[in-house]
Amino acid sequence: MKRFLLAVLLPAQFAVGAGAASVAVPDTMAERVKPCVACHSPEGRAGRDAYYPRLAGKPEGYLFNQLRNFREGRRYYTPMALLLENLSDPYLMEIARHFAALQPPYPPPQPAATPPAELEQARRLITLGDPTRKIPACVACHGKELMGVAPYIPGLLGLPRDYINAQFGGWRIGLRRARAPDCMAEISKQLTAVEVSAAAAWLAAQPVPAGAGPASALPDKLPLRCGSVVRP
Amino acid sequence: MKRAAIAFALAAVTVLGILAVLISQEPATEEAPGPAGNRPEQQARGAYLARAGNCMGCHTAQGGQLYAGGRNLATPFGTFFTPNITPDSETGIGRWSAQNFWRALHDGKSRDGRPLYPAFPYTEYTKVTRDDSDAIFAYLQTLPPVSQRNLPNQISFPYSFRPLLYVWRALSVKPGVYQPQAVRSAEWNRGAYLVQGLGHCNACHATRNALGAARGAALGGGQIEGLNWYAPSLTSRMEAGSADWPIDDIVRLLATGVSPRAFASGPMAEVVRQSLQHLTDEDLRAMAAYLKSLPEGGTPAAAMGPVLTEQVRKQFEPGARIYKKHCEDCHGAAGQGAPGAYPALVGNRGVTLQPPLNAIRSVLNGGYPPSTAGNPRPYGMPPFAQTLSGEEIAMVLSYVRNAWGNRGSLVTAAQVDRSRGKGY
Repeated sequence: MKRFLLAVLLPAQFAVGAGAASVAVPDTMAERVKPCVACHSPEGRAGRDAYYPRLAGKPEGYLFNQLRNFREGRRYYTPMALLLENLSDPYLMEIARHFAALQPPYPPPQPAATPPAELEQARRLITLGDPTRKIPACVACHGKELMGVAPYIPGLLGLPRDYINAQFGGWRIGLRRARAPDCMAEISKQLTAVEVSAAAAWLAAQPVPAGAGPASALPDKLPLRCGSVVRP
Repeated sequence: MKRAAIAFALAAVTVLGILAVLISQEPATEEAPGPAGNRPEQQARGAYLARAGNCMGCHTAQGGQLYAGGRNLATPFGTFFTPNITPDSETGIGRWSAQNFWRALHDGKSRDGRPLYPAFPYTEYTKVTRDDSDAIFAYLQTLPPVSQRNLPNQISFPYSFRPLLYVWRALSVKPGVYQPQAVRSAEWNRGAYLVQGLGHCNACHATRNALGAARGAALGGGQIEGLNWYAPSLTSRMEAGSADWPIDDIVRLLATGVSPRAFASGPMAEVVRQSLQHLTDEDLRAMAAYLKSLPEGGTPAAAMGPVLTEQVRKQFEPGARIYKKHCEDCHGAAGQGAPGAYPALVGNRGVTLQPPLNAIRSVLNGGYPPSTAGNPRPYGMPPFAQTLSGEEIAMVLSYVRNAWGNRGSLVTAAQVDRSRGKGY
């Protein structure tokens, strides 16, 4: 009897709540990416710590590739995979475009505490590479300004040192993968831990030039084949 | 010790099972193949039916080649890796015949006659007609062959001892094509055929016994083995029964993943994206008509919340504050939500469900309803695992489950923490 009464009463009570005006929802991408910005911040800046990287201003093809990599398990981070598992490619592209178009200011550079000799070695590796070990210079792909190349290659400045270090670790052990051939995984496996750490410190210590952004055209020839870069 | 006991019990059951097999002749499984018909038409129909059965969903690994298998299915008995069903002759089903395929679907036996583990839902697929089985097979044979070896299953003893499956089959499997009920309409019968057969809804929406066989009432709801999600009852008005829903709302939920009364999340979101959204309006209406007609399967009154004394209401205050800070922007001050974007929480059975597993998961991991043709750019829910403690999530859920006329059991921090870090 009691259960019967409740069954009768409940819908009536709910009707009161249902009578409240429904929440107004802006028909915007900013509204749709609320789940992303809980960690990455509404401006797409780096989140609470270095491991929720800045998304703002990164090239759209790069962001799209990363979204697909998380969804398809090439990059391994369960919270991202769970959020993206049922989203379509066109929608992921829209999300990527949304963040690519944001332009909040970059954080100030992080002073490097690395020995100067190691930093100098890192600078040489970044700008010249190491031809004897067939390691290409970072600038050969990531642009002379190291701000990336639209639409697929990300910039390397304005990133926290810990984040850069963590990505190299991810490439080495296979937690972060890209479509084959996975050029960054190949390069990471050739670098020593000291080189990675110094390069991360050097990159994080560079100021981001005002108004800097990804270069618009790829160099004629990339030193390595990368599955994530599609030529037009 | 426990394992030894299980092994002993199973050994005893084996003897009984063999006797059972000897006594009860398995029903004849041969059914005349359908007319050869028009090949391209048959393949197209097969493609559609493969969607209805969501073959691709299980037979594709995350980020893997379509239908090439390798997806892992975690169960209490171990981990199964789905096989390659592309027509590759070495690693797929390129050497299979339509008859072999029919036997697998209808009878749960592989090409070499070995019994298949029921992680492959032949317990439901057995209802599929020979004609539809042939069409699906014809379609699968048109796929590009992918050379990808099947991964060995990692099944724990004693379940790894395959002959035990004969026992299991004798106890739990009734092979037989769906028989239409003359007193029902053609639409209802079509819906029943899809829900009970290819749709294999009962594979999730049922409670399983200790041997992994569905028990209790069909579609009566249950925790999904190995998935940490609760598949609600499709017959109970307290869970996901649709007896009092308009047909249009049921169809909308199945076709788009969102509806005025419920949103699809978790494994159901995947089913909508990969399978249901591709079905014709006619078939979805038929499924809706059947689902709506299911007799009420009562849920125990244990789902009810605590007595709302003054003291209990006071306990809800911190939860109400968390709600105001983190939830109200989207779900509204009265839990009213926004149609098509953010589900109402007032009167939402997904919120008050017993056990509170799905609500806990939704708060911990957030999520988007599926991108579908009818809702291509869904709004989503942020994950809170990174920002709220188990205690805070328990408080806000206990509040939401008892606010605005909702009634649900209180949620504890321990319950929340049990779901932390569990991916799928």
